[in-house]
Amino acid sequence: MIDAGDTAFVLICSALVMFMTPGLALFYGGMVRNKNVLGTIMQSFVVIGLVTVIWVLWGYSIAFGPDVGGVFGSLGWFGLAGVGLSPSPDYAGTIPHMAFMIFQAMFAIITPALITGAFAERMRFSALLVFVLLWSTFVYSPLAHWVWGAGGWLGNMGALDFAGGTVVHISSGASALAAALLISKRKGYGKDQFIPHNLPMTTMGAAILWFGWFGFNAGSALGSNSLAAGAFVTTHIAAAAASLSWMFAEWIHRDKPTTLGAASGGVAGLVAITPAAGFVGPVSALVTGALAGVICYGGVLAKSKLGYDDSLDVVGIHGLGGTWGALATGLFASKAVNPDGADGLFFGNPGQLWVQFLSVLVTCIFAFMMSVAILKILDWTMGLKVSDEEEVRGLDITQHSETAYSL
Amino acid sequence: MKKIEAIIKPFKLDDVKEGLTEIGVQGMTVSEVKGFGRQRGHTEVYRGAEYEVDFLPKLKLEVVVDSELAPQVVKLIEQKAKTGSIGDGKIFVISLDEVIRIRTGERGKEAV
Repeated sequence: MIDAGDTAFVLICSALVMFMTPGLALFYGGMVRNKNVLGTIMQSFVVIGLVTVIWVLWGYSIAFGPDVGGVFGSLGWFGLAGVGLSPSPDYAGTIPHMAFMIFQAMFAIITPALITGAFAERMRFSALLVFVLLWSTFVYSPLAHWVWGAGGWLGNMGALDFAGGTVVHISSGASALAAALLISKRKGYGKDQFIPHNLPMTTMGAAILWFGWFGFNAGSALGSNSLAAGAFVTTHIAAAAASLSWMFAEWIHRDKPTTLGAASGGVAGLVAITPAAGFVGPVSALVTGALAGVICYGGVLAKSKLGYDDSLDVVGIHGLGGTWGALATGLFASKAVNPDGADGLFFGNPGQLWVQFLSVLVTCIFAFMMSVAILKILDWTMGLKVSDEEEVRGLDITQHSETAYSL
Repeated sequence: MKKIEAIIKPFKLDDVKEGLTEIGVQGMTVSEVKGFGRQRGHTEVYRGAEYEVDFLPKLKLEVVVDSELAPQVVKLIEQKAKTGSIGDGKIFVISLDEVIRIRTGERGKEAV
């Protein structure tokens, strides 16, 4: 039975999640040098077009189509065949199947866009397009099937992931690590200074992400109901706590509370609460967020010690924040909050933490190995990185024949 | 005729401009410039990483006046732009061969 309220809610949430990707484009765009701002924005923006087409043709079918051995969906729903306007028997029984499909499409879009921060300022545009095509098909869709697809093996194991901590954030974080390791560093890394060119843009981008995230997490209730209200509130609490905790951590460590720190902390909190949003209470969300700000700040600092060039800290924020969030779900989940969930360690069920840990491990290994394979193949065939000369001139002029600011 | 070039701290511009107008200077050119002297640069922090920024923002003020007025202009800039702490800037005095007002074709003193 189609419910008008649920359908309206999920459609609006789909639009909110769509808006996150341009928000991400601004978040990333402000952090690069001004010769690369359009190239960076484009790496997110083009994904909206590309992944939508992939999703409609085969992506949705591989992720949510008829189960093949718990590993992926068949191509039976190629071109959205059989995805109609009545509810699906397997997913979200109160909204049209099309509404569920388009809501999920927005998740499929933002996930590869997140990875682009790892190789910002140096990836060839053509190589990026092929990377996103292969990654979406062979990493995102199968992973979404494991966790959310009817019959998917990780979901059957009992791993809790409310809105995509593993599928979206751990997968993009682990793939970002592969990309940062395989695509050689930016010219002058460790010697030249890579100073953000427009932090107001970055802060606005973070605010748009925060706004859109209400659709991401509350919308994952797939209905306009109490679960959605709970997820909405935990999402906001975690983001607020993490924004403060990152700011204070940096203040104590470097003597100044920074704008970039407050913005980055907010995003870290949103990442961490994503798997937990519908399974935990408000105080648990507060603790999850507050720790996320400090953990991700530490993760970003560790980058320079470890020596890889993850340009915009995708590993530190999405990889580490997503991992913390998945484990926090295993600690703080409570059946009193959501009877369809499970109890975590602090509510008498230590087994849940183990299941969460396994799901993190499997996701990391799968996303990392697959990304290495895809990037290696692209490196041998078409080359991943722009030439030294192109890198010095900037992506805007060399990849797109445009400049962002003509003064 | 002299051209007086002064590199000053940006926040001192208003004081200097007012002072110069009062003593009868009729025009000036200001540009935003970056550089360093003995003050060196400053530190910026992004996501916990510290960056040493060598070039600091300063203003370059250019004033062309009759030679007789020049010592007064220099003295005024010296007073108005001074804070006493490092990084106050420098003043350069340059002799000019010729000045031309494009609109009227006036030469020399008349054109200043």
